[in-house]
Amino acid sequence: MEQFIEWISQPWPWWVAGPLIGLTVPALLILGNKTFGISSSLRHICAACIPAGIPFFSYDWKKELWNIIFVLGVLIGGFIATTFFANPDTIVVAEATQQDLAALGITDYTSLMPAEIFNWENLLSGKGLLFFVLGGFLVGFGTRYAGGCTSGHAIMGISSLQWPSLVATIFFMLGGFLMTHVFLGPLMSLVGF
Amino acid sequence: MLATEKNKNTTPVECEAPNLQEKKNESLLKYLIIGILFGIVFVKAEIISWFRIQEMFRLQSFFMYGVIGSAVIVGMISVQLIKRLNIKSISGEKINIPKKEFRKGQIIGGLIFGLGWALTGACPGPLFAQIGSGFTVIVVTLLSAIAGTWVYGKFADKLPN
Repeated sequence: MEQFIEWISQPWPWWVAGPLIGLTVPALLILGNKTFGISSSLRHICAACIPAGIPFFSYDWKKELWNIIFVLGVLIGGFIATTFFANPDTIVVAEATQQDLAALGITDYTSLMPAEIFNWENLLSGKGLLFFVLGGFLVGFGTRYAGGCTSGHAIMGISSLQWPSLVATIFFMLGGFLMTHVFLGPLMSLVGF
Repeated sequence: MLATEKNKNTTPVECEAPNLQEKKNESLLKYLIIGILFGIVFVKAEIISWFRIQEMFRLQSFFMYGVIGSAVIVGMISVQLIKRLNIKSISGEKINIPKKEFRKGQIIGGLIFGLGWALTGACPGPLFAQIGSGFTVIVVTLLSAIAGTWVYGKFADKLPN
């Protein structure tokens, strides 16, 4: 048992994680005739809690309850992996990335998320406004506008050979490159990094 | 009465409602389990890490490209097998994959999501796994993402699409 925990606690390589994520596609199709997609859960939460008579949220969200249960599972899975099979060593990040991030003031690699950014003290500051409030808003607004996220478009959509999903994925990546290489530095110095 | 007739040769009528209830709970349980496994993979492969997303967008590590690429390949083979072998779902239905129509939103919305992805270091799935992993402040990011979704819904018919 101890050996098992030790073995499972190492970080998993991409060629284990990727295929397992890919298998979610047939698992959901075969077990429930459901198409893989995560950002829809945010829409269902809106429809369930704050529909406000908006047509976009006026549908029977209870039929989509499976999707909310699925993301609840993702949250629980995160808890289980971190509590029982956490990697005892610090995360290994590419040397070049470490240098780039050091220039932005990010040097803490003790956990999976940089402690300089992701802590409660930052919440009511410009840092929190940028990374949590603006970041989250762009993710929620953008995924819904695009009709899906990495799971619905990049994985499910491209897997089923739908070219609009390939277009969406290309623009996800372009947005990410643009933020990382153009806006991130100036925005971070603006909020005090 | 209809229910009684339908079941007269199988189960007594008083058992029908509890059975249905049980069946419904059981059918949702499988999604919980798939979600849990998925969340474990996210954490164990460190996909939820902001650092991994930075490596990806700086083209300094192959890791995330390997994850997404191999996931797509496995997904593609699976979908092709399901289609060609005409595999049915466990409840015997024909498997249905809705067609995605091209809209301007995939370009504009896609770009907006990408900007957010590089900030939060997470697409919607990892957001949930980050919270489960104890990064509780991400609850704020999630609430903001829900707000973003709501604002899109509110103005959906006024935006170019």
